[in-house]
Amino acid sequence: MDKQIYLDHSATTYVKEEVLQEMIPYFTEKFGNASSIYSIGRESKKAIEDAREKVARALHCQPKEIFFTASGTEADNWAIKGVAFANRNKGNHIITSAIEHHAVLHTCQYLEKEGFEVTYLPVDEYGMVSLEKLQEAITDKTILISIMFANNEIGTIQPIKEIGRIAKEKGIYFHTDAVQAVGNVPIDVDEYNIDMLSLSAHKFYGPKGVGALYVRKGVKLHNFMQGGAQERGRRAGTENVPGIVGLGKAIELATRDIEGYNSKLRALRDRLIKEVLEKIPYTRLNGHPTQRLPGNANFSFEFIEGESLLLMLDMKGIAASSGSACTSGSLDPSHVLLAIGLPHEIAHGSLRITFGEENTEEDVDYVLEVLPPIVERLREMSPLYEEVKRGVKNV
Amino acid sequence: MAKEKVIIGMSGGVDSSVAAALLLEQGYDVIGVTMKIWPDSLGEDKIREGGCCSLSAVDDARRVAHRLGIPYYVMNFQEIFEKKVIDYFIEEYQRGRTPNPCIACNKYVKFDALLKKAVAMDVQYVATGHYARVIYDDNLGRFLIKKSATASKDQTYALYNLTQEQLKHILMPLGDYTKEETREIARKLGLGVASKPDSQEICFVEDNDYAGFIEKRTGRKAEKGFFVDVDGNILGEHKGIIHYTVGQRKGLGIAFGKPMYVVAVDAQKNQVVLGEEGQQYRSTLIASNINFIPFDRLEREMEVTAKIRYSAKEAEAVISPEGEDRVLVRFKTPQRAVTPGQAVVFYDGDVLVGGGTIE
Repeated sequence: MDKQIYLDHSATTYVKEEVLQEMIPYFTEKFGNASSIYSIGRESKKAIEDAREKVARALHCQPKEIFFTASGTEADNWAIKGVAFANRNKGNHIITSAIEHHAVLHTCQYLEKEGFEVTYLPVDEYGMVSLEKLQEAITDKTILISIMFANNEIGTIQPIKEIGRIAKEKGIYFHTDAVQAVGNVPIDVDEYNIDMLSLSAHKFYGPKGVGALYVRKGVKLHNFMQGGAQERGRRAGTENVPGIVGLGKAIELATRDIEGYNSKLRALRDRLIKEVLEKIPYTRLNGHPTQRLPGNANFSFEFIEGESLLLMLDMKGIAASSGSACTSGSLDPSHVLLAIGLPHEIAHGSLRITFGEENTEEDVDYVLEVLPPIVERLREMSPLYEEVKRGVKNV
Repeated sequence: MAKEKVIIGMSGGVDSSVAAALLLEQGYDVIGVTMKIWPDSLGEDKIREGGCCSLSAVDDARRVAHRLGIPYYVMNFQEIFEKKVIDYFIEEYQRGRTPNPCIACNKYVKFDALLKKAVAMDVQYVATGHYARVIYDDNLGRFLIKKSATASKDQTYALYNLTQEQLKHILMPLGDYTKEETREIARKLGLGVASKPDSQEICFVEDNDYAGFIEKRTGRKAEKGFFVDVDGNILGEHKGIIHYTVGQRKGLGIAFGKPMYVVAVDAQKNQVVLGEEGQQYRSTLIASNINFIPFDRLEREMEVTAKIRYSAKEAEAVISPEGEDRVLVRFKTPQRAVTPGQAVVFYDGDVLVGGGTIE
């Protein structure tokens, strides 16, 4: 296999050279523990605080409202459980959506077992949460609304500003999982009335194993880890200094020119979507036509299984992923695709392509060259497709 | 010319790992695959740790694939496995028969569903670590299956259902090797799986408690009934027919003062028929759902050696056609515990002639 094209930037990204260079000294000569009083300890402390300022600038908040974590998942867990347990005296109701990442969904399911009540808001065919349904779901026991900024599978961007306004009017905490949004969408936590926001460095050309949670000053939240005084005692454990430095640099770069990055990705994505829909019959685009992440394209090809499609693309050097279950996961199709109303058999034949910084028009050319014959070949093996082609069956 | 592609089913064990290495050596473009087959309802522990298709098997197989430098995938066959293997397994027991799920898995999953997927993906072959030889016979113009070099490890018994179309796309590179040689190759290649024990037992049933498995999956206890003798006299109460298999002596739960054997299970009457030593022998049987490999159909009598279960010794027999898709098997000497639902498999020397389900 010669050609290798990476088209799965929503899964993870590479670490940019400039980010890596900033990180390296903190593995070797600047290895001090940030809690130590001597010079190299203070240097680590300063590096962490610089990174915190960079994150704060990117989100338009105060540095002291940023807490570093080990992942986006950890940030989601902390926000949701932390608010739930700290505000139990006020109520036990949480509102989220049916298409959240498992970091949110499974946390909410855990809380249900702990006696909380959770409303999973349905979404429309494009994956949008309805503001009316949100309004209706709110009760006097509601303590938290957690709605993702942008969906990881279908790329749909939610009306975060409107949700934030509703939450504020009702005096309910609003958390958003912005893991897919940071670097792709300009974010201002004040303008959007966001109380808590999760992010993860490896989605915007930073390192894996480091994330952050924004917590608006005054939000009542239990501490995540018991231990030392790191992160002002709220998230104990010796800081991952190189990771935090990398996150800081990466978010600085990612938010410097969001519009430039967006328009580049959007051009690739729009051409891919247009030509795939033209070239391959019985294909649909999943997610919102315009309110979607600039690099995200998600297709369902009728009559085929996503699993075989991904494997064949891999054999041709294309790294993409499926809207349906991951290859070692269960056969259940993605909860997101089912939530937007796709029937089981169609949800199985889905493909997610997510562009990034290094992709080019040639990459799109290659996908358009390779993908249609693979879909056609897999369809040839489908008895249902045969019937449709012969006109026996209508779809 | 592009290399021919082959998907090797990998369990992380020594056999399939060495088979993958041998295929690479032979110049194929090798792709490792572990089949995810168990339904999630089987429970986390089982799926995590147990047997050849568990998550720990996936970890082992992935490690071997990395070591060999071949691509590796996990493919999902849960739905078809549940329908064609597990459901069949339960239904057969409920009908008072003793199923062979490995044969069903080979027939419907490994050499059908996986093979079809491979072909769809433009892969020419599916390979396994079975101890059996697949050979093309120029004179007959057909593919044959021959016993492996090691008689003790021979696994042709479970392969009698394969068709010519399937055999065209199947490779079994371990057929010419002994288990010891296989282990030696694994050691030389540093595959790190060389000392893993062989898997036995039914892969999806824990502790061989198949009755408990059936009760759990169907959600109801097996219905109690009577033990009877061959003349229909009631001898005592049994725990439900799914607990018994023909030839069984232990675990009947009653002392009779002499060894008693299960000689038949009557699902309709919900009875288990017991007999004394000697009464569990039979010298003829009818087999259905027949498949032959060196020829399409049996036209006249044929002398063969036949095996009535995986671990049985081959016995001399004559097979003759008995209407469509059925064969009458007459043994020279009576066979112990001829069990409905199990497979009878025929050989001519080291050639696998075919087989069918014992009625």
